Amino acid sequence: MSFPILSLLILTPLIGALIISLSSSSQLNNQTIFISGLWITTGEFILSLLLPVFYDQKINGYQFKEFHTWFDKFDINYYLGVDGISIPLILLTTFLVPICLLCSLNSIKSRVKEYVIYFLLLESFIIGVFVSIDLVIFYVFFEAVLIPMFLIIGIWGGENRMYATFKFFLYTLAGSVLMLLAIVYIISVTNTGNIEIISNFKFGNQIELILFLCFFASFAVKVPMFPFHTWLPDAHVQAPTGGSVILAGVLLKLGGYGFMRLSIPFFDFASVYFQPLIFSLSCIAIVYTSIVALRQEDMKKMIAYSSVAHMGFVTIGIFTLTQDGMNGAYFQMISHGIVSAALFLIVGVVYERHHTRMISDYSGVTNIMPRYSFFFMIFMLASVGLPGTSGFVGEFLVILSTISVSVYLTIFTAIGVVLGAAYMLLLYKNVNFGDVKSDIKMLSDLNRIELFYFTCLATLTLLLGVYPKLLFKMIDQSIATGIL
Amino acid sequence: MISYKLLFFLPLFSTMFTYPLGMLLGSKTAQYLSSGLISLSAIISWVLFVDFYNTGSNEMIIPILDWLLISGQFFNWGIAINSLTLIMLTLVLTVSALVHIYSIEYMAHDKSKTRFMTYLSLFTFCMVALVVSDNLIQLFFGWEGVGLASYLLIGFWHHKKSANLAAMKAFLVNRVADFGFLIGIASLYIFLDTLSINEIIKEKDFLLYFEIELLGMTVDALTFACFFLFIGAMGKSAQFGFHTWLPDAMEGPTPVSALIHAATMVTAGVFLTVRFSELMVMSDFVMTFILIIGLLTAFFAASVGFFQKDIKKVIAYSTCSQLGFMFVACGLGAFNIAIFHLITHGYFKALLFLSSGSVIHGVHDEQNMDKMGNLFPKMKLTAIMMWIGTMAIVGFPYSSGYFSKDLILSSSFNLHNLGSLVYIILAIVSAMTAFYSFRLIFKVFHGTYNGDYNYNKIHESGIFMILPLVLLSIGAIFAGYFFNNILSGYNAEEFWNKIIFLSNEKHQYSSFFPIFSKTLIAMGIALAVYFYGFNQVKLNDLKKQFVNIYRFILNKWYFDELYDKIFIKPIYNLGKFLWYKIDQGIIDRFLPNGSASIVASVAKACKKIQTGFIFDYTFIIITGFTLFISIIFYVSVS
Repeated sequence: MSFPILSLLILTPLIGALIISLSSSSQLNNQTIFISGLWITTGEFILSLLLPVFYDQKINGYQFKEFHTWFDKFDINYYLGVDGISIPLILLTTFLVPICLLCSLNSIKSRVKEYVIYFLLLESFIIGVFVSIDLVIFYVFFEAVLIPMFLIIGIWGGENRMYATFKFFLYTLAGSVLMLLAIVYIISVTNTGNIEIISNFKFGNQIELILFLCFFASFAVKVPMFPFHTWLPDAHVQAPTGGSVILAGVLLKLGGYGFMRLSIPFFDFASVYFQPLIFSLSCIAIVYTSIVALRQEDMKKMIAYSSVAHMGFVTIGIFTLTQDGMNGAYFQMISHGIVSAALFLIVGVVYERHHTRMISDYSGVTNIMPRYSFFFMIFMLASVGLPGTSGFVGEFLVILSTISVSVYLTIFTAIGVVLGAAYMLLLYKNVNFGDVKSDIKMLSDLNRIELFYFTCLATLTLLLGVYPKLLFKMIDQSIATGIL
Repeated sequence: MISYKLLFFLPLFSTMFTYPLGMLLGSKTAQYLSSGLISLSAIISWVLFVDFYNTGSNEMIIPILDWLLISGQFFNWGIAINSLTLIMLTLVLTVSALVHIYSIEYMAHDKSKTRFMTYLSLFTFCMVALVVSDNLIQLFFGWEGVGLASYLLIGFWHHKKSANLAAMKAFLVNRVADFGFLIGIASLYIFLDTLSINEIIKEKDFLLYFEIELLGMTVDALTFACFFLFIGAMGKSAQFGFHTWLPDAMEGPTPVSALIHAATMVTAGVFLTVRFSELMVMSDFVMTFILIIGLLTAFFAASVGFFQKDIKKVIAYSTCSQLGFMFVACGLGAFNIAIFHLITHGYFKALLFLSSGSVIHGVHDEQNMDKMGNLFPKMKLTAIMMWIGTMAIVGFPYSSGYFSKDLILSSSFNLHNLGSLVYIILAIVSAMTAFYSFRLIFKVFHGTYNGDYNYNKIHESGIFMILPLVLLSIGAIFAGYFFNNILSGYNAEEFWNKIIFLSNEKHQYSSFFPIFSKTLIAMGIALAVYFYGFNQVKLNDLKKQFVNIYRFILNKWYFDELYDKIFIKPIYNLGKFLWYKIDQGIIDRFLPNGSASIVASVAKACKKIQTGFIFDYTFIIITGFTLFISIIFYVSVS
């Protein structure tokens, strides 16, 4: 492929950010900045749609490869490529970023220029993670993602944003340092940064275990797995809606993607060896966070905890090391990316109007905002994992795959399904049903922009639930040949 | 082919288009539209059923769309047509169509009629999807879909707190049971590598070769899978232990209770058990378990039905009890009779519910039977319909309930050891059924009026409500007669065509037993007539005399309180504990905050040294230098 589409995907938002930052702020009002940001990200989305169109499912391995030498001596290169595992996540990213900007149109009033720039940078870096097949490039992008995210929460966050950002940074950095050490070691041993070559390298069992744990530290924080999850509720609560959307929608998937792309292909022995550890942490995450979510008073916190539980399904599915489990886990990642993003938007809508996230401040919203509760219902059900929505497919496949490992694992995951229904229904009931509070009466129903993005998200949720073949076609082959 | 697909798609269209069209053309049009679509599919189902029966076709599977990819194989959305699914379809669509029509009038004054009709159609679609599925995934879709519709409809009046809570309870109790269902599905999948129902039944023998260990017990995979599938069935069909949601579900509008919580959705559990009858019969343990649960439910629910005040709750408990009968039939291996009772019960129970809806409508939304009485002169047609329904449930000779119930009683003799015991329990429960059913009739239609609502304003319902009642009453009277031969008589083997397990044993039926059960039922009726028609004082004396038993029954055997104590409160408290003590108390304190505070305190200590005064620094330099020198000396000497 001569046309460097992957580099273009990385560069488009970067150039966009550059143009916006160079233009003097006196000429541009907030509206124009947002609109130019939207143009850039929409263009990026259309560009990314070329990937599934031209991707050939019959060919194994990476496609659209780009190769430029960087450090000759260590065989570290600017080496990009995508397969069925990265493409859906790239699409998810390019799909969500315009929505993040759309939902901030009215809520972000200060420093709009920086806000848009950070989102563009964020998009560029995230895509960089998904397209790089060189370990060093991967690491650079993986870490770079932190910076704009850190700033987004730190600048436009809520009252307690400093605590949240530092917590977020501390956790992720601690993990990353370990991963960096492991990467340095790997490159010094293998003399290459090429992920494909490293996958076939045998490290020796003892070393594999240590290296696995180093990678694990980084990815487990990102996912997040119990007990490294406590940064997530705080970060979500403090982040602006757009930040929450991208954080829940895409950033958490970096962990799952890391496990699939690096940990498992690199360390076959350790992946099997640490199965029990990961299963038990995931089971705890599912049951524990579901129970904690039941008691939350803040809507965003509740959804944040539910994210931890849902990502527990992902880690379980991945580490069953079976085709069904991986397919399910991957599907769950995409589905959660859409659904949890939508749920954070749902919270954002009422927060923007009523300036509180406390569940107890709401009651009877469905009478005032019927369209809103309609969409809320769809996403709530998808989160609960009702068949016919995207949430079901992943959960179901993961549960099916667990029984080949242990009946107990099945039981724990199935308990998670029950509890998941409990807190989401409770949330929905408390917000939407009951008597209308007097101050709720002032709220207005969804406006056209909100209607637009909720319709997009809901369509996608139902489409993937009814016709998941769209995604299966893409991932099945790559998972079978690339990972297992 | 097209006509079969229509059965699937007409309800779907109704679900999708009722609401938008209601917005455009007004709610009345939407009501007629959805009723029309569902009625059309009901008519088609009957035509297909008759055609299927006459031509004796084999099972057909019509795929619609690929769905899930599992182990490299796509499972699809599709329609499986066989005798079992067709006969269920006729029931589901007929009752649904009648309920749609009934709701036109019943909900006439409600603001959100279109929403109501949309939910009803959604329910119908999901129920059809459940019934016609040829694989477990679509079945699960339908299973959850009807649960969702039930949730939405129970909480339809969402300004009522009790309705919201009841809706949540229904959904969650069912979820707990679905937990079992999921495990059942997963275990079938792992051993047979398929989720297609036909293939599972074909390869069922393989299940016996595998064993599963759970909590120190080793069971074969067949028993394991069947047991957990049955747990799922228990939830949907409100069996003992999982029954608590059903009475509360009566918070929903009455047409909903008739359709979902009497005639169709709650029978999905029975349907599931029958669909897998070939598997179930292979496990003695599961069959015995089903039998015991069925008996327990039948008895328990009938006893609670005794003293309920709410007219709908009495019928709800009677539904629960009749579902118990169906499971007893399953447990006895008489699956065809379970379906037979399911069908007849569907008609007469829908009739009872819709009649009670007519009563409630007439007395201006009063549900307390203590505030009714002597309504017969005011609403004769409704009263007659209620009488017909009651006759059917009691098992009055040649009514529909007579055939199916009698067959369940007689099939208990297939069990050689304990058959008579099962029989006696069932006979007693039948008598109890007779008692509370006639209690209802007498409290509502006869005696004296005690209500607050102006007696003269009480009115009979209009044509849209009466017409479905009349049609259902035809079913309640003749369904037994009509289906007897097909489902359990001489044509049964040909009709079922090996779709379900059919026991070969012919019932030996000694002449004493039918008389025994019939006498008991007659006594039950007589007691109800005596207490509620003539001598209420005597009843009150008895209540006082056995006050503990009375309270125990009145409080529904304290199930709700028990569950609250052992499940809900502990989980709720655990949530608080985990959040404050573990998440914030331990993880946060030691991991991020702990490391941060160590860094902070070290930094603070270092800060103290940096005072900015020259003499402080000089002092430190000198001390440091001295220390350094002495260490060098110390090291070199030693």
